Amino acid sequence: MSSLLRGEEMCLAQLFLQSGSAYDCISELGELGLVEFRDLNPSVNTFQRKHVNEIKKCEEMERILGYLLREVKRADISLPEGDVNPVAPLPKHVMAIMEQLQRLEVELGEVTRNKEKLQRNLLELTEYTHMLRISRNFVQKSSEREPLQVQYEEFPFLEKDTMMDYSSMQRLGARLGFISGLIKRTKIGAFERMLWRVCKGYTILSYAEVDEYLEDPDTREPTKSVVFLISYWGDQVGQKVKKICDCYHCHVYPYPSSNEERNDVVEGLRTRIQDLHTVLHRTEDYLKQVLIKASESIYTWVLQVKKMKAIYYILNLCSFDVTNKCLIAEVWCPVDDIPTLRRALEEGSRKSGATVPSFVNRIPTNDTPPTLIKTNKLTSGFQNIVDAYGVGNYREVNPAPFTIITFPFLFAVMFGDLGHGVIMALFALWMVLYENNRKLKNTRNEIWNTFFEGRYIILLMGLFSIYTGLIYNDCFSKSLNIFGSGWNVSAMFRAEVWKNGDISGNRFLTLDPNVTGVFNGPYPLGIDPIWNLATNRLTFLNSYKMKMSVIFGVIHMSFGVILSTYNHLHFRKKHNLYLVFLPELLFLLCLFGYLVFMIIYKWLVFTAKDSRHAPSILIHFINMFLMQGDAVQPLYPGQTGLQVFLVVIAVLSVPVLLLGKPVYLHWLRNGNHRPGMYRGYERVRRNSEEELYLMRAQDMEEGSSHSDLSTSGERQTEEFDFADELLHQAIHTIEYCLGCVSNTASYLRLWALSLAHAQLSEVLWAMVMRVALRMDTRLGVLVLVPMFGLFAVLTVTILLVMEGLSAFLHALRLHWVEFQNKFYIGTGVKFCPFSFSLLPSSFEQHGLL
Amino acid sequence: MTEQVTDVGPPSQLSSATEQSLIMRGLICGPKLAACGIVLSTWGVIMLAMLGIFFTTHSAVLIEDVPVTDDSIYQDGNPQRIYAMYNSVGYNCFIAAAIYILFGAFSTCQMKLNKQKEYLVH
Repeated sequence: MSSLLRGEEMCLAQLFLQSGSAYDCISELGELGLVEFRDLNPSVNTFQRKHVNEIKKCEEMERILGYLLREVKRADISLPEGDVNPVAPLPKHVMAIMEQLQRLEVELGEVTRNKEKLQRNLLELTEYTHMLRISRNFVQKSSEREPLQVQYEEFPFLEKDTMMDYSSMQRLGARLGFISGLIKRTKIGAFERMLWRVCKGYTILSYAEVDEYLEDPDTREPTKSVVFLISYWGDQVGQKVKKICDCYHCHVYPYPSSNEERNDVVEGLRTRIQDLHTVLHRTEDYLKQVLIKASESIYTWVLQVKKMKAIYYILNLCSFDVTNKCLIAEVWCPVDDIPTLRRALEEGSRKSGATVPSFVNRIPTNDTPPTLIKTNKLTSGFQNIVDAYGVGNYREVNPAPFTIITFPFLFAVMFGDLGHGVIMALFALWMVLYENNRKLKNTRNEIWNTFFEGRYIILLMGLFSIYTGLIYNDCFSKSLNIFGSGWNVSAMFRAEVWKNGDISGNRFLTLDPNVTGVFNGPYPLGIDPIWNLATNRLTFLNSYKMKMSVIFGVIHMSFGVILSTYNHLHFRKKHNLYLVFLPELLFLLCLFGYLVFMIIYKWLVFTAKDSRHAPSILIHFINMFLMQGDAVQPLYPGQTGLQVFLVVIAVLSVPVLLLGKPVYLHWLRNGNHRPGMYRGYERVRRNSEEELYLMRAQDMEEGSSHSDLSTSGERQTEEFDFADELLHQAIHTIEYCLGCVSNTASYLRLWALSLAHAQLSEVLWAMVMRVALRMDTRLGVLVLVPMFGLFAVLTVTILLVMEGLSAFLHALRLHWVEFQNKFYIGTGVKFCPFSFSLLPSSFEQHGLL
Repeated sequence: MTEQVTDVGPPSQLSSATEQSLIMRGLICGPKLAACGIVLSTWGVIMLAMLGIFFTTHSAVLIEDVPVTDDSIYQDGNPQRIYAMYNSVGYNCFIAAAIYILFGAFSTCQMKLNKQKEYLVH
């Protein structure tokens, strides 16, 4: 129990680990997550540490695992989502895992390369087929001229070059050549223009688009291609055309010289394509099977490698002792967990089969330990919002256990609607009941995770809102009449104050509670429902809510000041109690506590009969400071005297707060001045650390501040300390006194937000539901159904989400600033235990797992 | 490269195909929309039913939601006309609640179909 109030007591411990069992012991500690390791080799570079080779091996394995995970993810294979938790493998088993991974990598790489080669092949054949098919149409136009091939003797085909007679060659020196192929559709325009400009009419380009999309092997995207056929005259032109084709990344295929050749090639291509399809299909199947087999154990390997790497990292933080046989590690450990730590070390030693057990030894230290506060699933949410402001100092009072009640309460004061509270509570209840559902727990959506982590906070906020909704008597902006209203309208008629003609004659009539029978006593719980029908509702509610806000504010702040006594008593600074706490409390209570007293006094003493001459609290409060007691009629006899007394006490407490502590400390140090003996003792003998620690502990109890033993002049350090102390205390005083005023006013946001919520709720009802309900026609129902849907959606988005977040934020601010600056320092360091479950996985960060 | 051809014959292919086509035809909205529909219709049924009860018991707080103009309120001596208006609005609310029950049943149906489809695919 004291853990949540103050934090665990921590100690620094030394672990002596035998070399053989160090790995297993640290593995045990990692599973338990008990301790935080300190770095004993801070000056050593990462590359010079002892186990750098093992870490490199782990990183190599992680690289292979990353490649495997990417391939598995690309093949759309789902990983088995088990709750497996394999232990870190022993160093001797690591080789087996490494071998398996390397083999898998090689096999996968081979199969993938083969598949890619086959796919490229297939693409080439497909393109060739398209080209042959489409370029047939180019030549078809001139197919009727085929029998008249004799005419083309002047321009013989290049293919017949070798057997050509030189006569025709010399006749014109020109050759008719064909280049055909495919080019991307996006490039065909530029290609054509380039051909025209370079070859100047010695080429003819015909092209047509391929209908289907072909997959580009480099980018794996479907692209559109265009089949082209270039016929050119001349060798040099041919060279130029070939270069241009290269430049534009065209896939060039040999052009068949005759129709028979073309048909032969097409047939051959068709069979080859069919064969390739079968082989490719089989290859893909095999690849998928390899990946499925790998995916079964990949999750286990990832965890094992992560744990191994963590253990080697921790081993790097340890240092060897003088005999070089045993590893020393320094850890921060909670005092209550030292037996568990011992058991873990014994377990590790037993597992590794070591003869000499490893043991733990507690050592004293001057360093401030990190803060550990053990929480369960209910308190962790509230602890998180306190830690978001600042982690508490070691053994400082933790505001979280009080926040469990005050935070939802202040939220509810600002939110105060019964219907909205019910919806919020039901939503949170659903999350709480299904909190073990894996799908809800493991989503990656940040916003949902925030709401899910805070499900208990939201549940409490909803329940408290139901309570404040009952008090404000506000349910979807309508009041509930549960007990019967305390006001009676017909009594005004019975007492002859109103007559029948008055109703038609006047717009507004005022119910007078002084008339008998009109006001029959206050409503038992909350605000009377008749106020919902009154036009001066806001006038009444504003006054009520403002006063309520000030009362809550002063109570909350006083509670904060009182909590600081816990800190003063625990850290044995009793002088703080009289010199800091007492003036602070007196200042706060004499001024603002008296204001609260006046508010409650006025509520109790003045009734409806005296309402005509009820005093204004604000005027009295202002007069208290101006010492003008006689201006207005006193609230009670002796008021002026009492007020002067309170103001004097408040004003006197300011210099006490300002000067008390520095002067007292200065007097204390001057009084117990033993400089010579102390420093001489230090210089003559080299003290062991323990003796110095004991002496410092003695100093602490006497209340003198630590002076640095290494500085030269003690008087100089004392002066310096005094000025420092005085400045510090002056800042604290100014901050506190001005803060009292501004923080009390700041609590008026409780009124402001509840007013805003009530008004928004009313506007929504008037603009949406009232329009639908007032529909007099037959079709009124048909309008009511969708309008209710609109009302529901707007309620959830505007009133629950927007107003809820707003009230949450303001309640949080009230806690962080107005409450916590009375006692909480929050500059501590959080305890980060070495635990495998808390380590992040690099694969999760890349979204692979 | 060893070729492993594993022929996995499909289980009752025929019945699953007809099942799937039935489900595909009935399915209109996804699982999240169906869940929203269920929540909205539950809220609608409860709230409209309660509103209907409060209207038929002539609650004074709801006077402004009744379709009566300000000057015609005190035309006659007795409040029967106003009560009749209250009742009609109340009945409107009850009918709307009934429509929301139908909407809720439809959403539950969609939810069930979605669950079946999820079960079938896996």
